[in-house]
Amino acid sequence: MDDLLNDFITEANESLEVLDTELVKFEQEPDDTEILGNIFRLMHTIKGTCGFLGLPRLESVAHAGENVLDTFREGEIEVTPTAVTTILSCIDRIREVLAGIEKTGAEPEGEDSELINVLNAIAAGEIVDPIIDGAENSGSESDPDATTGQSSGNAMPTVDQLQLVQQTFALVEPNAPAVAENFYNRLFAIDPHLRNLFANDMADQRDRLMTMISEAVEGLNDLGTLVPLLEDLGVRHAGYDVSPVDYDTVGEALLGTLEEGLGDAFSSDVREAWTSVYSLIAETMKSAAASSIESEPVTNEFGAPVAAELLAEFESAIAAGNSAATDEEMLKEMTEETESTEKPTEPPVLVKTEPAKPVAKKVSKELVKPESADAPNASKETPVAHASIRVNVDVLEGLMTLVSELVLTRNQLLQMVRGVDDSEFVVPLQRLSHITTDLQEGVMKTRMQPIGNAWAKLPRIVRDLAVETDKKIELIMNGAETELDRQVLELIKDPLTHMVRNSADHGLENPTDRRAAGKPETGKVTLGAYHEGGHIIIEIKDDGRGLNVEKIKEKCIERELVTPAELESMDERQIQQFIFRAGFSTAEKVTSVSGRGVGMDVVRTNIESIGGTVELQSTQGKGSVFTIKIPLTLAIVSALVVACGSERFAIPQISVLELVRTSANSGLTIETVNDSKLLRLRDRLLPLVSLRDLLDLDDPASAVTISQQTELVTGNDVNRTDDESLDIVADPLTKSGGEDYIIVTQVGSNSFGIIVDQVFDTEEIVVKPVAPILRDIPFYSGNTILGDGSVIMILDPNGISTAIGQGATAASSQSSNDLADKQHEERTAFLVFKAGNEQPLAVPLGLIARLEEIDVSSIERAGQRHVMQYRGGLMPLIPVDPGQTPKESGSQSVIVFTDRDRSMGLFIDEIVDIVEDNLKIELNADSPGMLGAAVINGVTTDIIDASHYLAQAYPDWFEHRPQEEETCHKQRILLVDDSQFFRDLLVPHLMVSGYDMTTARDPLEALQMRDDGLEFDFIVTDIEMPHMSGFEFAENVRAGGPWKDIPIIALSSRTTDADLDRGRVIGFHDYISKTKRTELVDALTNAIKTYKEAA
Amino acid sequence: MSNLSADRNEHDGQQLIEPANGYLTMKVDGQLFGIPVLSVQDVLGAQEHTRVPKAPPEIAGVLNLRGRVITAIDVRRRLGLPPSMSEDPPMSVVIDLEGELYSLNVDTVGEVLSLSAHTFEDNSATMSPHWRMFSRGIYWLNGELLVALDVPALFEFEPSANN
Repeated sequence: MDDLLNDFITEANESLEVLDTELVKFEQEPDDTEILGNIFRLMHTIKGTCGFLGLPRLESVAHAGENVLDTFREGEIEVTPTAVTTILSCIDRIREVLAGIEKTGAEPEGEDSELINVLNAIAAGEIVDPIIDGAENSGSESDPDATTGQSSGNAMPTVDQLQLVQQTFALVEPNAPAVAENFYNRLFAIDPHLRNLFANDMADQRDRLMTMISEAVEGLNDLGTLVPLLEDLGVRHAGYDVSPVDYDTVGEALLGTLEEGLGDAFSSDVREAWTSVYSLIAETMKSAAASSIESEPVTNEFGAPVAAELLAEFESAIAAGNSAATDEEMLKEMTEETESTEKPTEPPVLVKTEPAKPVAKKVSKELVKPESADAPNASKETPVAHASIRVNVDVLEGLMTLVSELVLTRNQLLQMVRGVDDSEFVVPLQRLSHITTDLQEGVMKTRMQPIGNAWAKLPRIVRDLAVETDKKIELIMNGAETELDRQVLELIKDPLTHMVRNSADHGLENPTDRRAAGKPETGKVTLGAYHEGGHIIIEIKDDGRGLNVEKIKEKCIERELVTPAELESMDERQIQQFIFRAGFSTAEKVTSVSGRGVGMDVVRTNIESIGGTVELQSTQGKGSVFTIKIPLTLAIVSALVVACGSERFAIPQISVLELVRTSANSGLTIETVNDSKLLRLRDRLLPLVSLRDLLDLDDPASAVTISQQTELVTGNDVNRTDDESLDIVADPLTKSGGEDYIIVTQVGSNSFGIIVDQVFDTEEIVVKPVAPILRDIPFYSGNTILGDGSVIMILDPNGISTAIGQGATAASSQSSNDLADKQHEERTAFLVFKAGNEQPLAVPLGLIARLEEIDVSSIERAGQRHVMQYRGGLMPLIPVDPGQTPKESGSQSVIVFTDRDRSMGLFIDEIVDIVEDNLKIELNADSPGMLGAAVINGVTTDIIDASHYLAQAYPDWFEHRPQEEETCHKQRILLVDDSQFFRDLLVPHLMVSGYDMTTARDPLEALQMRDDGLEFDFIVTDIEMPHMSGFEFAENVRAGGPWKDIPIIALSSRTTDADLDRGRVIGFHDYISKTKRTELVDALTNAIKTYKEAA
Repeated sequence: MSNLSADRNEHDGQQLIEPANGYLTMKVDGQLFGIPVLSVQDVLGAQEHTRVPKAPPEIAGVLNLRGRVITAIDVRRRLGLPPSMSEDPPMSVVIDLEGELYSLNVDTVGEVLSLSAHTFEDNSATMSPHWRMFSRGIYWLNGELLVALDVPALFEFEPSANN
């Protein structure tokens, strides 16, 4: 059973409990609309959740119940006990089904139409007698005159049910003594006072009970004679201090006994049958008893029998209850007995059952009854109820605070012991430290919940939306198990829902438009979540129409957000950001779900208020991606501790993009334009703000050296005597004159740098809110206590950004562009090395066969070239830089590329690193042998073109194959791949091989080419691509149009069997793994050749 | 609980005769002040403060009280008095105000007195308007006057916080 269901059961059971009590309260005060509202809401919630979880049976029952409540609420029908009872039955039924679900994980079989019909009839205003078969035995006739006629007119058990009762009894009968004992035990367990009544003659009773029941069951067929007898019996019972409640108790025990005796055979049908038969009997007797009490003092009629005896018989009669024919005998028997064993214990004149009053009591009893009928097994098997408990959040918060303090204390202790080698405290402290860490993690864990909880509602919302807007929408959710703090979860729930709605409603086009745009009819909204560092990244992606920049522009001007002139100078991305402004909606018409103009601004505010960021990337016609980055938890964050002047501050890591140190000799200097400071960082100008100026901190002149500064920082530390506690201060990154540290932060799409004096460590800090009197200051998001016990303020980059104004937008948009682009690049592993000069070079790791360290002496010359003997052949050695020569002596690093039986070595100076990165390669092949340049680890690195060197080593490396082909015209290949790297890698190779290459960045672009009338002989496509996968692309191509017969070769790093199968079904001609990069070109050429020949 | 008492004192300031109505006395710039002892959480010696840049000047900073971050008010500044000339660091009187803890930084802290309403008088007309904002009245002591501080008023920063 999944968690969702578990949660639902726990919650529903809680709701049902409340419902029970509330309903009863409501019946007494039918005018209290508040109670009714509460009841309605609870029922409604249950219904809604059932619908979502796909529990049709529960849903239909709850729905019918809700309908009735709704009519109450509207005042359409009067609140009658009958109606309330029926609703209670409805609740019982829900409970029954829930119990079934809890046991088996699925809805138990069962028929609710009768109950539902009754409910519907009530809702429709037709008062229906509440006695319907099933778990509910109305008994709610508030009318004490409930006459025999009336009760006998009650819904009778169906013939089937009667048979069922007989059949099941036959199953139990062989174990009669055990069953009887069980019955009595149960009875006593439920109501101990009965034990006293049965004190005598237990064995005797047991035997008799079974006989009577068996006779009764046999006699069930003749109900006509049963009723009067029952009435008679009931009247007499009334005389023996038997309250209506006792009937219920007996019924409960009976059902429990049956259930245990029958085991699996005790289906809900059987339960219903027995309940129905039993309640009919009990009701008949009860009403007879009630009327008899009013009419005459029945009691005297039989004198005072041995109460125990009679009651026993009564029980058996009821248990046998069903019995018709038996009753005669029973009655006789009883009468005989009472007469013969006349031991008047006490005159049972007291009429304890006041029929009018117990109505309310009865009602409440009734609603308890079916539940307690389940009680024996419920207590045995309620895994859900016991597996989780609900704890007040305050308790958890309190724990959290305590743990935080414990951590701080632990840190202090550790610092005290540090440096004392032989302290006896070291070992216990270590233990304490571990335990504290575990405890902290444990407590943190109690706050973590899978993000799926926040998504639970979404499929339903999207489905409804699809229906309402007549769209076809597929919601894909990845990473639902990603956990985050429940506080954060609560806070992002609404923004997320809103954004998904937006994507589905505004983002996706209707099927007609999508077809026209060459997209699959079904639009996709993809929701993804994953952890990255201390953050969780949530992506909401749609493959819809994207943002309409023109429309945004119009809106901007209409709303006078900007002047047309300003708009002119903005790029698309900046314009798109306007959707985050208040009151901005580009939806043409207001639908019930979105388009009201309250939206993205609220979303952004909400997300930023928890220290998150939201980014938008949208391409018109192709869709939009919203990327939300939020901290995993608000309670403990990783923060960078910096100092400026004599103050220390913490900056949450989430807002720190990078740290830059400027100094005269690093080439990075702070420049000034009209008093505003700027930093030329790579290809952009970064606006800077000095924390000192911003916060009016003291002048740095007073803090020239680190040691002085350190003292300054702690100079006012009156209490501190322990130098050890200054660790964090004493160990800053070294700083000499003229240096500054710049913390590059990003707020929304703005990035800017904050100038500080020093940067210390990062620390996990426990965020505490600032006091209310400090909340007006925009620069702080909280404060915290560091490991050394000192309090520091946490800077809020959002607040700082606001305080310095929006001026940063223009200058920084470039950077966010880069960032967004990067996210769409594939990660590729590169070997970074140096050859010839200091400039780092890189080559994709996948192309390299081996790395060798060779002895220089083994290098020989053949003509103009260096060669070496390598694995039984001659391997040419090529320098990266034509002027470069191998080393004079020692060993030489060589990168070996291999293809079939040939190898080639590229000699290099040193291997720097292997990095895996999202690479954005700027193609500028100005020098031969270079594919282009990319920034790897912050350094511009040239990516070498391996094919260039391969061709140098073996001029025919790529040529021998195409030459085999006698083709009359160049084969035209369309390569669809979102990875620029792959496009750059494959295109030259295939072109060298004699193909005419065209590339498309994604399937949409490719389909556009089709619509533009371009023709190709082959299509080579990647599988994992934005907007549309290779599979969908292939389906789309195969679906019709000029390309439908073009062979398609899939290229993917994903080659599971399932994928292969799917590919074949869709019509890929071949499937080549990207992972074998060295064979890629070869395989591709072969594949193309094969299919060309076949064609 | 201290909350309650702060509230009560605020509302029925005239009825200060219950025995619970002890006052903690403290001195700022030579003047004796008193606050209801029930609102006092702690009295501490000199504490390390972390300055809060850009906060109102009356905010002395934030400090760590057994794992809780509390904000300290410089009562001298709040009352418009000159900075202390004394060598001794100020003392912290930690109070609870609507669930938040604050520290009142004062020169010295004295004893707890039980004051009778008989010795209470409203603010004198000659008291400066600034002081009157923070004073609920004056108690006559033997040879000395005690100004009953209106603690919540000390934290009403609206007029002066806009710097």
